Amino acid sequence: MLFALLVLIGCQLIGELAREAFHLTLPGPVIGMFLLAAILVIRGGKRQRPLPPDLEKTGEALIASMGLLFVPAGVGVVAEADLLRQEWLPIVVALCVSTILSTAVTGGVMHFMMNRPKRPSVDSTLPQGLGEPSHD
Amino acid sequence: MTSVIENLWMPVAPTPLLWLTVTIMAYLVGRFVQRACRNTPLANPVLIAIVIIVAILLVTATSYQTYFGGAQFINFLLGPTTVALAIPLAKNINYVRSNLSSIGVALLAGSVTAIASGVAIVLLMGGSHTVALSIAPKAATTPIAMAVSQEIGGVPALTAALVILGGIVAAIVGQMLLNGFRIKDWRAHGLAAGVAGGGIAAAQVASKDELGAAFAALGIGLNGLLTALLVPLLALVLK
Repeated sequence: MLFALLVLIGCQLIGELAREAFHLTLPGPVIGMFLLAAILVIRGGKRQRPLPPDLEKTGEALIASMGLLFVPAGVGVVAEADLLRQEWLPIVVALCVSTILSTAVTGGVMHFMMNRPKRPSVDSTLPQGLGEPSHD
Repeated sequence: MTSVIENLWMPVAPTPLLWLTVTIMAYLVGRFVQRACRNTPLANPVLIAIVIIVAILLVTATSYQTYFGGAQFINFLLGPTTVALAIPLAKNINYVRSNLSSIGVALLAGSVTAIASGVAIVLLMGGSHTVALSIAPKAATTPIAMAVSQEIGGVPALTAALVILGGIVAAIVGQMLLNGFRIKDWRAHGLAAGVAGGGIAAAQVASKDELGAAFAALGIGLNGLLTALLVPLLALVLK
């Protein structure tokens, strides 16, 4: 677990440093995510060497409880109660309609694009669950 | 009555451990309720936990600052966990590679829809400019959304609240909505959750499917990037 924490926090640190050095608008953890993904893909190579088990286990444990991590920030809604109360109607309508619309558009376009008739796709059927992606 | 409660609470309230415990317990209650309701997205554990904690804070007259003194330790984990999203992404990289053009088009369409429709509806319904600017980056992940909001003259704290609320809406309706359109593919579900609902909707998908988690991670990262580029442009037009 310690190795995994070192890797995760190390990537976050590098992300933060990169953000400051290059004045990026992306937050450090998101830069760190792309960095770690690149490292893991390169390390895996063509033969898809499996990930370090420790990193995989710890990372997946963190992701499984990801919802919890948004609770502290979410409770901060109380601090904005005044503005929310004053303009609650436009806020509620815009938030709901806009979120639903963008979910439908993203999912719909993705679905349409993946199913457009073209060269036979690498994978038309998908493993439901934790299947390892087969390499082509 | 209030003084009794105050006397009971004051000696413990400064202890950050208390609020840490309350936060984890409230989330476990939320998870328990969701499980009891056969895992329906309608019973969102994040929302349930927030409601429980807000009620406790109001009853005990505790400030958000005091609460956050304890809860910040949980908040800290958000960084490493965001980095950890690289793991499902790397494991499913072949699916990502073979769908690059689909991802790009869907991302652009979804991101523009999220930004433009939020701003347009607020303005059409007579909301203030400040609220419109604060809602523009709401589909991006919290830190990006807050930074963008600050940059264009919104209220970052309001934006943070809207990101969370929007994420809850996406987590609750997303799956049913896409199923309603007969879209069953986890790649579409994941990307939509990541682009439209950020981490909270991603958490809902990630708990069900790993391929979905990979596409959600990609959606969060890329939409953050795109929002940081597009919203400042829109803000220029609005001025």
